[in-house]
Amino acid sequence: MSQYNKRVIVTFSIMFFLLLMVGLGQSWSLSLSILNLCLISAIMTLGVNIQWGYAGLFNVGIMGFTALGGLSAVLISKESISKAVTAGGMRMLVALSIFLLTIVLSIYIYKKFKNKWLVIATILAGYFITRYFYIEAAQSIEAINPAFSGYLGGLDLPVLLSWIVGGLLAAGAAWLIGKISLGLRTDYLAIATLGISEIIIAIIKNEDWLSRGVKNVTAIPRPVPYEIDLQQAVWVKEILAKLYAGSLHLLPVSEQATALKAHISDAAIVLVKLCYSGLFVAVLLLIIILAGLALDSPWGRMVRAIRDNEIAASAMGKNVKQRHLQIFVIGSAIAGVSGAMLVTYNGQFTPGSYIPLRYTFLIWVMVIVGGSGNNLGSVVGGFLIWFLWIEAEPVGFWLADLSTSFLDQGNFIRQHLLENAQYIRLIFMGAVLLVVMRFSPDGILPETNKKL
Amino acid sequence: MPGFTDIINAIVLLLNFVFMPALSYGSQLALGALAVTLVYAVLKFANFAQGDTMAFSTVITILITWLLQKSGITLGFMPTALLALPFAIIACIIYVLLTDKFIYQYYRKQNSKPITIVMASVGVMFVTGGLVRFILGPTHHIFADGARFIITAREFKAMTGLAEGLAIKTSQFLTITIAILLVGFVFYFLQKTKTGKAMRAYADNKDLALLSGIDPDKVVRVTWMLVAVLTSIAGVLYGLDKGFMATSYNQLLLPMFAAVIVGGIGSPIGAIVGGFVISFSEAILTYAYKKFLIYLLPAVLQPDSLVQFLGTEYKFAISFVILVIVLLLRPTGIFKGKVI
Repeated sequence: MSQYNKRVIVTFSIMFFLLLMVGLGQSWSLSLSILNLCLISAIMTLGVNIQWGYAGLFNVGIMGFTALGGLSAVLISKESISKAVTAGGMRMLVALSIFLLTIVLSIYIYKKFKNKWLVIATILAGYFITRYFYIEAAQSIEAINPAFSGYLGGLDLPVLLSWIVGGLLAAGAAWLIGKISLGLRTDYLAIATLGISEIIIAIIKNEDWLSRGVKNVTAIPRPVPYEIDLQQAVWVKEILAKLYAGSLHLLPVSEQATALKAHISDAAIVLVKLCYSGLFVAVLLLIIILAGLALDSPWGRMVRAIRDNEIAASAMGKNVKQRHLQIFVIGSAIAGVSGAMLVTYNGQFTPGSYIPLRYTFLIWVMVIVGGSGNNLGSVVGGFLIWFLWIEAEPVGFWLADLSTSFLDQGNFIRQHLLENAQYIRLIFMGAVLLVVMRFSPDGILPETNKKL
Repeated sequence: MPGFTDIINAIVLLLNFVFMPALSYGSQLALGALAVTLVYAVLKFANFAQGDTMAFSTVITILITWLLQKSGITLGFMPTALLALPFAIIACIIYVLLTDKFIYQYYRKQNSKPITIVMASVGVMFVTGGLVRFILGPTHHIFADGARFIITAREFKAMTGLAEGLAIKTSQFLTITIAILLVGFVFYFLQKTKTGKAMRAYADNKDLALLSGIDPDKVVRVTWMLVAVLTSIAGVLYGLDKGFMATSYNQLLLPMFAAVIVGGIGSPIGAIVGGFVISFSEAILTYAYKKFLIYLLPAVLQPDSLVQFLGTEYKFAISFVILVIVLLLRPTGIFKGKVI
């Protein structure tokens, strides 16, 4: 067995063991929660790994692409608010079509007449007409029952569809950004992605008619059964009664029913999470298999050749910009899919929770630690860093508590440290990134097919 | 037709709410952008840690200001922070030199791709951001003391008899004066002194500069020191003007990068022009022109809406749009991205 294979087996067993420990020591529900978020993180990481590991594209705006995925979960699955649609839907549609028309028209004018003043005039006119319709539409939509809805609602389609739509939405945004900034200096892409992600978050936070802004959308329909239905299902009861038959018989008859009930409600939670895990594993496997096939194909070799020596590849007649654009779009689409999955899993869309630390930076640490250019490495990195991330907060708090325990309770320094202990995570994760980049740039699982 | 005083009132209104804020914000951006462009020119990477390093110096300034205030030392009508600033500059110089020694130097010696160094700078950004939040928390702090205004709107109205006032805040006055002095110093340093010339030579052609006996370590050190001075002053001036909040410093990154690219990467004069292009576009596009138009238009034509191009919540979208336009039409920027 090669060194590499041993490494893969050892790391995956450690992951399995950690989950087992949490499951036995704390609870299975917590263990499965961690597993599910690990799976989502792994998919996000895969998307970024495709961009960085395959092509060396630095995306600082992962947050924006995942948020687009989350938005699509809302827009696809929520029931539509018919009152709001009749109140402002038409005008919003008009505003949107004028907006699109303006773009098409200005591109046409630019190509046909090459007169920039004409283009500027078209854009300005289009902007003001759009804004006129848009403001009225937004106001009338937001006025309808603002405490509970105040937005257009969604399309009332199955939420699983939003995973695909989220990917497409993110891909569209990535195409636009890539088209503008690829082919110039390498760091322009980084700066452009930083910008677009902040703009996407600003739109999601401020456009209440679209997704309620910071008022959040809750109760997003699920692709899996609800706990309450499982608790009442006969087959669940039968299975559990059989499973716990031994321990139930030891109890007095009067307590047997309540004990069984407790087991059922625990089992229902675990079952729901298991359903999610199944879905996530399926998506992850699909992406890993597809990515692996792509990487081993002639296309993959070309991509790695471009990454390792752009000038030589370009001299061999490879279209570097086109390949970069492709990879950037694919990677961002995967980030979008994972964003939609995350919102589906949480059952709510909270724009306030999109912060760069959690959705951009943490994912980067996962990519680097796992091993850039290795798909399994992304899974390992996604898993380990998420595990650390969850554990780092209590540890930071504990450290702050311990190091100041000789001070009395009301002491200013102690209070301050305890209040701000959560930011130790930020420093810690940054340090992990810097140290791994410096001393072990290959990560836990290094790229296997580095040599062409 | 509007009368003469109406026209004057309208102009004063714009001066007060668009021109003055844009001028001071632009100066702060220009100083930050100058630091970014210097790193770009000499060390050849986009420094993502710029915003958070600004926050770091500001945090040091705030801590020392509190200390000074507690021991009863103030600067009269000027903010006490000015006294604390030199200490913050020293702290910032030490901090950036340490990050260079432990992080960037390795990649420079390895001749790593620029994008790898950019990524290291993202790591530094998060560590610095964490440090800043750990020390002062995520909340808003106001640390400007002394007189808030040099001329208040009321005094101006009494002086001129106009309906609109033009207020000049102490922080605005300080920002503009210090920025002019500092930019003058930087240009003098780059053009006239031997070290400045060495820096330009190194930025222009590293190998040639090494051949002619320029000490690369010294060039890098001096660059970081200059960057630290610019960064600290920009950060403190911004904090005096708008108050300190960790996230708002981080969000300065996009306008600063946009300013650098608009002006032309590596061009100091470009960074300054770019800073003002960004700040004036932001101010002009997010100002609500209702009152301005009421002065100028006859009663029939007066608007009921705010007459605002874009809501203030999309302020940074403007820097992004400007960035996109520049990338599409003139990727080298206004000043053709000349190196220093």
